[in-house]
Amino acid sequence: MTDATGLLARYERMAVIRRTEKAAHDLFLRGLVKGTTHLAAGQEAIAVGASAALRPDDYVFATYRGHHHALARGATPEECLAELMSRATGLCRAKGGSMHLTKAATGMLGSYAIVGSHLPMAVGAAWSARLRGTEQLAVAFFGDGATNIGAFHESLNLAAVWKLPVLFVCENNLYMEYTPIADVTAVPRPAADRAPAHGIPGEVVDGNDVEAVEEAVGRLARRARAGEGPAVLEAETYRHFGHSRADPAAYRPAEEVERWVKHDPLDLARGRLAERGVAEETVTGADERARALVERAVEAARAAEGPDPREALTDVWADGGAAWRT
Amino acid sequence: MADVITYREAVAEGIAREMRRDASVVCLGEDIGAAGGVFKTTTGLLTEFGPERVWDTPISEQAIVGAAMGAAMTGMRPVAEIMFSDFLACCWDYLANEIPKVRYMTGGQVTVPLVVRTANGGGLGFGAQHSQATENWALTVPGLKIAAPATPADVIGMMAAAIRSEDPVVFFEHKALLATKGPPPPPGHVVELGRAAVVREGADVTLVALASMVPLALKAADVLSGEGIEAEVVDLRCLVPLDAATVLASLRGTSRLVTVEENPYQGGWGATVVSIVADEGFGLLDAPVRRVAGECVPLPFADALEEQVIPTVEKVVAAVRSLAAY
Repeated sequence: MTDATGLLARYERMAVIRRTEKAAHDLFLRGLVKGTTHLAAGQEAIAVGASAALRPDDYVFATYRGHHHALARGATPEECLAELMSRATGLCRAKGGSMHLTKAATGMLGSYAIVGSHLPMAVGAAWSARLRGTEQLAVAFFGDGATNIGAFHESLNLAAVWKLPVLFVCENNLYMEYTPIADVTAVPRPAADRAPAHGIPGEVVDGNDVEAVEEAVGRLARRARAGEGPAVLEAETYRHFGHSRADPAAYRPAEEVERWVKHDPLDLARGRLAERGVAEETVTGADERARALVERAVEAARAAEGPDPREALTDVWADGGAAWRT
Repeated sequence: MADVITYREAVAEGIAREMRRDASVVCLGEDIGAAGGVFKTTTGLLTEFGPERVWDTPISEQAIVGAAMGAAMTGMRPVAEIMFSDFLACCWDYLANEIPKVRYMTGGQVTVPLVVRTANGGGLGFGAQHSQATENWALTVPGLKIAAPATPADVIGMMAAAIRSEDPVVFFEHKALLATKGPPPPPGHVVELGRAAVVREGADVTLVALASMVPLALKAADVLSGEGIEAEVVDLRCLVPLDAATVLASLRGTSRLVTVEENPYQGGWGATVVSIVADEGFGLLDAPVRRVAGECVPLPFADALEEQVIPTVEKVVAAVRSLAAY
C-alpha cells in the first residue's frame, strides 16, 4: 500500500488520463480528430498502478487502446492530443495516430493495432534485457480478445521456457470488441486460466484498484527480475466508452454498466484518500491541476502546425528516407 | 581456411564473422543449435558462441520473429531463422505489419535492425509447402530489405551487410545452391546491399537473374554463345534496394532484356524490373521484353512436373532466341 501522498499522485495521474480521454472524445465529435479512437476511460488504474511499480527503464508495449499507457509512461497530454489531431508536434510526428502512440525515450515502445501482435515483441525485449544483463522488465498490456490468438500462446510458451523477465497484463474489460469475451472463450478467466498450461502463474486482480494493481505488478516484477520467469496478471476492468468511436456499446446491459460505473477507479481512489485523512480540497486541487493541464494541452495542440507534407517520404529506412532503389 | 567453401558453409561463416565482431549479434530459430540447422547452415555456431547467443526455439514462427523484433528494438542484432521460406506465411504479420512499419509509424523513434534468414525455392523435391520461391511476397511490403545471394562469397558479404544494417533484412538462402562451391572471401568482406553484379559480359541480350537463377542464366548464356548470341548476365543480388541503374546500363549495350525469376510470373519481381525499363529505358529497347518465371501453380512434387513449372535453361534459351530473331 502506498502512503497518502503516493496515492494522491496516482489519483492525479489517473485524473489526467480521464481528462485527456474526454478531450479526445470531444475533439473527435468536433471533427478535430480523424480516423478513430479507442478510449480507455475506466481502465486508468491498470496503466497507472503498473507504471508506479515499474522502473523508469522498463519496457512497455500496448495496444490500439493505449492512450492511458502512453500517458502513464511519460507522454504528455499535449503530445498525445497533438498526435490525434495530426500535428507536427505529435508523439509520432503525426505518422502514428491514436492507435500507435509511442514514446521510446521513456520505454513506451509502442501501441500495436494488430490484436496481440506485440506480445512476442515484449518477449523479445525481455530476452534482450537478459542478454544485456540489465534486469529490465518488459510488460505487454493487452485486452481479453488477444488471448485467443496464436501469438498469445506462442509468447507465453517461449517466455516460460526461456524464463524471461516479462509480464503479460491482460486488461479484461469483458468485451472482445463488440462481443462478450465469455461467448467466445471456453474458460472464465481468458488470460489467468490459461497461464498455468504454459507453466506460468496466472493471477487475477481488481483492475480498477490502482493500489491492488501496483502491488500485484510490483510483486510479479520482483519475481521476474530475480530470474523466476514470466507471469500473467489478469486485471478486471470496464471501459466507459464503446470499443471505438463507431460503437455506442448498446449491447451492454444497463445493470452491468451501472455496476461498473459505481466501481470507477477514480472514485475508488478518492474514497481511499478520504479514508486516509486527505482533505477533500486537496483532492479537488489535484482534479483542478489535471483539468488545467489538459485544457492547456488541447489549446497548444490545436495551435500547433500540421506536418510538413514532405515527411510522408521519410522514416522508412534508417537513413531517414524511403528510396527503394539505389 | 580452405580454398573453396560451400554456399551452406558460407551461411554459418557469414554469421560467425559478424558474431565475432559484434557481441549484440544473436541467433534464434528452430533446430539451429546443436542440430546445426535443418540445412546445416548454422553448424558450429553453438559450439563457438554458446547457448547465450545461439537459441533454439519452439516451432513458433510468430514468437521467433516477434521476439527478434523486440530484441532488435532494444539494442540487440538478432538473426532469426525461419526454416523454409514457405513458413514466412506463419509469421507474416511481423513481416508485413510490424517490423517494416514501426520506424515509420513511430516517427523514426524505433529502429528494427534484424535479419530474418530463410531457405527459399524449389529443385529439391520437397513438394508444394516446402519449395516455393517467395521473394516476391516480401517485395510487396515497403520497409523490408531483400537479399538473395547466388555465391558463397556473396552469402558472406551480404550477410555482413544485412547484419550491420540498421534496417530489417529478409535474407533468402536458396536451397538448390547450398551444395555449390566458390572461393571464400577475405576477412572484412562486405557486399553493400543494392549493388547488382554483372557476372558475364555480352553485347546481345541482358539476362537479369537472382539467386539460383543466376547459374541457370549463365548456363543458358553458354548455350547461346554456341549459337553466336552473347548474353550479359546481371545478378541482381537484392530486390530492395533494387539496382535498376545496372540493369539500364546493361541495356544500353544490349538493347534486349530477359528476366529470369523463380517466383510465379504473377506478381514476380521481374515485373517491377520490366516496368522500370518500360518507364525509364523504353528507348533503349530494340525488342519486346521477356519474362521467364515460375508458372502460377503450387510447386508439384515430381521432377518432371517441377521442370514444367520453374525456369529451366531451355526456357531461357528459347526466350532469348525469340528476341534475337525479333
